[in-house]
Amino acid sequence: MSLLEITDLTVTYPSASGPVLAVRGVDLAMDEGEKLGLAGESGCGKSTLALSLLRLLPRGARVAGTIRFDGEDILTMGWGRLRAVRWAAASIVFQGAMHALNPVRSVGDQVAEPILVHEKVPKAAPRRKVAELLEQVGLAPSTARAYPHQLSGGQRQRVMIAMALACSPRLIVADEPTSALDVMIQAQILRLVDRLVTDRGISLLLISHDLSVLTSACDRLAVMYAGRIVEEGPAGQVFSDPLHPYSSALAAAYPRIGDATARRNPQGLPGDPPDPSHLPEGCSFQPRCPVALGECVRTDPPLWPAGPARRAACVHVRDSCPGAAHG
Amino acid sequence: MTTPEGDIGGQPAQSPILSARDLRVQFAGGPGAGRARAVDGVNLDLYPREILALVGESGCGKTTLARTLLGLVRPWSGEVWFAGKVLSYAAPSLKTYRRQVQLVLQDPTGSLNPRHTVYEAVAEGLRIHGARALGSFTDEAAKVADALSRAGLRPPERFFLRYPHELSGGQRQRVVIAGALVLDPQVIVADEPVASLDASVRGEVLKLVLALRDDSGLSALVVTHDLALAWNIADRVAVMYLGRIVETGPVEKILRSPEHPYTCALVSVISEARGKEPVILGGEPPDPARIPKGCRFHPRCPALASGAAVAAGVEASCRGIDLPILPGGSDARVACHLYPISS
Repeated sequence: MSLLEITDLTVTYPSASGPVLAVRGVDLAMDEGEKLGLAGESGCGKSTLALSLLRLLPRGARVAGTIRFDGEDILTMGWGRLRAVRWAAASIVFQGAMHALNPVRSVGDQVAEPILVHEKVPKAAPRRKVAELLEQVGLAPSTARAYPHQLSGGQRQRVMIAMALACSPRLIVADEPTSALDVMIQAQILRLVDRLVTDRGISLLLISHDLSVLTSACDRLAVMYAGRIVEEGPAGQVFSDPLHPYSSALAAAYPRIGDATARRNPQGLPGDPPDPSHLPEGCSFQPRCPVALGECVRTDPPLWPAGPARRAACVHVRDSCPGAAHG
Repeated sequence: MTTPEGDIGGQPAQSPILSARDLRVQFAGGPGAGRARAVDGVNLDLYPREILALVGESGCGKTTLARTLLGLVRPWSGEVWFAGKVLSYAAPSLKTYRRQVQLVLQDPTGSLNPRHTVYEAVAEGLRIHGARALGSFTDEAAKVADALSRAGLRPPERFFLRYPHELSGGQRQRVVIAGALVLDPQVIVADEPVASLDASVRGEVLKLVLALRDDSGLSALVVTHDLALAWNIADRVAVMYLGRIVETGPVEKILRSPEHPYTCALVSVISEARGKEPVILGGEPPDPARIPKGCRFHPRCPALASGAAVAAGVEASCRGIDLPILPGGSDARVACHLYPISS
């Protein structure tokens, strides 16, 4: 059985001009110890999806479908059980550690907080545990006395990772954990996360707009566009041989150095990601698609099976994989 | 009008349009700290019709160098040269200079006034610089329309009365670029022009920068931490570390076969997806108020840590002797004791 199983997840936000569909029917499963990369641009619904996994969405958001974590439905469980699941079963590393940390509390207090909530221990007890956690993420134990503003961006992100590890979760969701950081610090953090989750057998859901980052860190990739998964498959294959034209565009956006076809030839797509409150007719990618057909304006393609462990939502995939027509 | 591919980034026969000559910029440090040497001796040349990428991590001084080249920061020592003349900081000449060398900021959301229409945002520069700035155009509206369409916002009239919040991120960045183009600059200095844009939109804005060079003959200094961007559009790259240029040369040379251990590490971490083992530097870039003795990179240098520097017999130099400042020009050069010091 999968550790995490999302079925037909839909998230709707209320707005002055009517309900906005941020996530539109997502099916996704993760095995124990698996590293899954979720790719997409701002507004595609990837952060909404991440927040919905622990019911952290703002009040007013309407969620439908099921999210099963180790067989239990997150969306219907009681508050008491949900509190136990947060941090202890699954934890989140947010983007922008500056805003996710409390500026007026010391690092040590913040890392200790999930431990105090979840493990009935005296207030002074977690100190040793905090020091251990800080060392595991490459920080000096004395960092516990520091406040967030005294740390660099990379160090703050390490603190966030220490907090996420504090209650030994089985799943860590990392939402753009490195997007505001320099390339070298980004590489340090990604290597750290990779080592920590691999050593402990923790599952990782890594969210980013950079396909090359996800490919080097994850086993499997899911590409999201306008609230839907448009492609899913083994990371290396999705990156080097994308089936959906949007995945191709994302893969080409950050060229590999030495790739002669990208030299003096930046690749982009015309237009902008769609506004979730005004989605185009038919396939939501169709207005920007370089290979759109007449029928794309009318039908929004489902995810067709496209080879072993691969799926893609594009009519070209249906046409090239005859078996896919039944999907 | 287009320069043949091979000439770009090769051996430009012309003299540079914009240069830094032994430029140093210092800021007062905090209590107890020394002065921060943000730019600590830089020679840099930008040639006509050239796109030069200035690459480095945050805090390396690349933004300060760019601001000094724009005349926004006065150097502590050294000179900025533009079109064969040394930049004077007297008000009238600085005003003319700022028309010719235009800044394009990152984060278009922050650099546009939310209460100004696109037309007002683009026309603002024209109003500051008066009738001279109109050039061959007779009225302001025609000039604004021309700049918007050169920035890829077509038909321009459709955008005149829009406000920034009605535009997408890519369109806002184009408005910022139009605001620079309207003054017919010879050089644009773009600080992280695509860092805040979505992946699929980034390529279109980079194409625009290339097109401006090819069609309008602009030169561009692009300040970035993104080596993939340099590979995408730049002719030449200069890698900055802690206030100095440590390696410079044509993009193909520097990014395909870097020599400086710092450049090697930077290239390796972004090529990771290709299966190469990345060289991840430990620690964080040091404080420009405490620049290490000897080679400024030596405390983090993988070549020193691995013993390569000892094997080459340069370890003592790495720890004790600062490297000479690289000269400007377009040739490939590296400031590292492992390589013979080029003159």
